[in-house]
Amino acid sequence: MDVSLLVQQTVNALTIGAIYALIALGYTMVYGIIELINFAHGDVFMVGSFVTYWLLVTLGFTGVISDPIQLAGVLALTFLVSMVVMGTVGVLIERFAYRPLRHAPRLAPLITAIGVSFILQNVVQVIWGPSPVNVPQIFDVQASFGFLGAHVKYLSLFIVLLAAFLMIALQLFVTRTNLGRAMRSTSQDREAAQLMGVDINTTIALTFFIGAALAGAAGVVQGLYFGTTFFIVGFQAGLKAFTAAVLGGIGNTTGAALGGFVIGFIEVFSTQAGYSRWSEAVVFTILILVLVFRPTGILGQPTAERA
Amino acid sequence: MSTVTSRWAPPGPLREWFGRHQSISITLLTMIAAGVLPFIALVPPFSSFGTQRDWVDGFANAGVYMLLALGLNVVVGFAGLLDLGYAAFFAIGAYTYAFGASPFSGLHLPFWFMLAMGALVAAMFGLLLGAPTLRLRGDYLAIVTLGFGEIVPIVFLNADNYTNGTNGIGGVYTPTLLDYTYRVGDPWPYYVTMAVILAAVMILLYRLQDSRLGRAWAALREDELAAASMGINTVTTKLLAFAIGATTSGFAGVFLASKLTLVSPTQFGFVVSFTVLAMVVLGGMGNIWGVAAGAFIIYEVQTQGLKQLNQVLQPLNLPVVSGIDWIQYQYLLYGLVLVFMMLIRPEGLFPSRRRRAELHEAGVEAAIPEVAAE
Repeated sequence: MDVSLLVQQTVNALTIGAIYALIALGYTMVYGIIELINFAHGDVFMVGSFVTYWLLVTLGFTGVISDPIQLAGVLALTFLVSMVVMGTVGVLIERFAYRPLRHAPRLAPLITAIGVSFILQNVVQVIWGPSPVNVPQIFDVQASFGFLGAHVKYLSLFIVLLAAFLMIALQLFVTRTNLGRAMRSTSQDREAAQLMGVDINTTIALTFFIGAALAGAAGVVQGLYFGTTFFIVGFQAGLKAFTAAVLGGIGNTTGAALGGFVIGFIEVFSTQAGYSRWSEAVVFTILILVLVFRPTGILGQPTAERA
Repeated sequence: MSTVTSRWAPPGPLREWFGRHQSISITLLTMIAAGVLPFIALVPPFSSFGTQRDWVDGFANAGVYMLLALGLNVVVGFAGLLDLGYAAFFAIGAYTYAFGASPFSGLHLPFWFMLAMGALVAAMFGLLLGAPTLRLRGDYLAIVTLGFGEIVPIVFLNADNYTNGTNGIGGVYTPTLLDYTYRVGDPWPYYVTMAVILAAVMILLYRLQDSRLGRAWAALREDELAAASMGINTVTTKLLAFAIGATTSGFAGVFLASKLTLVSPTQFGFVVSFTVLAMVVLGGMGNIWGVAAGAFIIYEVQTQGLKQLNQVLQPLNLPVVSGIDWIQYQYLLYGLVLVFMMLIRPEGLFPSRRRRAELHEAGVEAAIPEVAAE
């Protein structure tokens, strides 16, 4: 493999990895705070991509926007709408499907999560139909610049930078603000946090909002980068992002981001090696192996109870 | 232990006798149900939906899902482990039969032998998956089984040299009993065979539930730590739940392959695992009759109910309601079933008494945060 190809595929891997990383953050945050695998999270991402589709079509955009100022404005609006809508959806899901079951046996919220996942898929399928839809690619996918012999798309650069920005913002929010401290304390010991005056319900709702908003952002990226979306897209992406979260150490936000990029690399390079049909099987095999042999992931804290 | 099986009988010596002779009473009840069902298809509202043959064919297919639900119930209901890749074992059972009896492999082994083989192979894969993963905590286990459920159809799809890929394996031989060979267009022999398999599986499961192993499952489900300290080998016990649960889906797979005479990777996707889970949850986790009934109800609603709803509502020209194609909403319905059952009636429509107590005990605990913490 020559250098230009390597660079090219690395860029592709980083771009796809950014999507997985953004979704993985939601899994890891929710798991960190209420120890629930939010099966519906992948579908929140999927709905986000449809919100993007709906918004762009409603606004009358069909193709590339050449005016940079207008492009920046539309992009900002799309991200804002998708993130706020999906964040709200996330809060509603938590409020109605998970909160009533917070003290029920562990099996119960898992089962409702799967139920919510199918509800979201079916609603989208009924509204927008069962076949893939074409999302207007307002950002020119072809525009690229040369770098070490490879063509790096401006879009890829934008996606990776955006993901990095969102992750850094999240990290600062969690470590530097009072609400972030409330989140961390709630995930460490819910009762103690409550005794110290943390409003548990608000904090958990906030966690769902942020996680779902990040998935909404990933949904926009899906539309921009692939130009297509599909009601089933959240299931596969969700499973891969979950693998990423586990790989990085569930509950650990840095780990989730790292895991996302690792999965991106595995997928792109197994396709490059000619095993595209097997790339999914490879990802799931990794998931199983990691869970079995190192359930704490790469960066996770070793806690006996997690295993 | 007197169970649901005997509750239909009037109190007194009769009920006591049936309570003591569960196997006989299960056989009797299954025979009655299997005998009555084809006649229901002749009664007016139902007879207009299809011929008796269509109905019997549908009942035989419903039996496949009942077997799946009974098997998943062992894992989810008895042992309290969430298996989201259950369709994988179904696929393995079906492909085992296709390998053993189709022109594709050139073999033609007898159906009855393959029925046992399908179950055995599925159980072996249950052990294979279970052995490394059962040490994981519940929700991790769920995701591993989900991954497994995804991998198995991918393997059947991509290993086209051995499985004929997307096209699947066609021309699978139908069963032969003595000199009689089952025909594709004739559902009756399949229907009777299914009733016999179901009765046998239910007897087996009732015996298991009250056995030492069944009690170990209940103990494990209620409190794993306490069960382990009482000397229950948690790994073996869980493994057996996986293997025995897989067995019935092996039966279901072999039966389906012989009935459709075709197996293809698309038949065994996540939606199958999901549908079966909805059946178990609706019927009542842990209750053998309940999950069988849940499976039957959901299957009939899916194949007949929604279609008839369309037929009834469309001519009425009601606003909104008449314009909806209800068949589209099938999975929405299952999703709602899962969510609302968990929120409102987690023990299901036909609860197992013990499970109901467990699920409601949790509600009491919620009042005491210290206990609820873990």
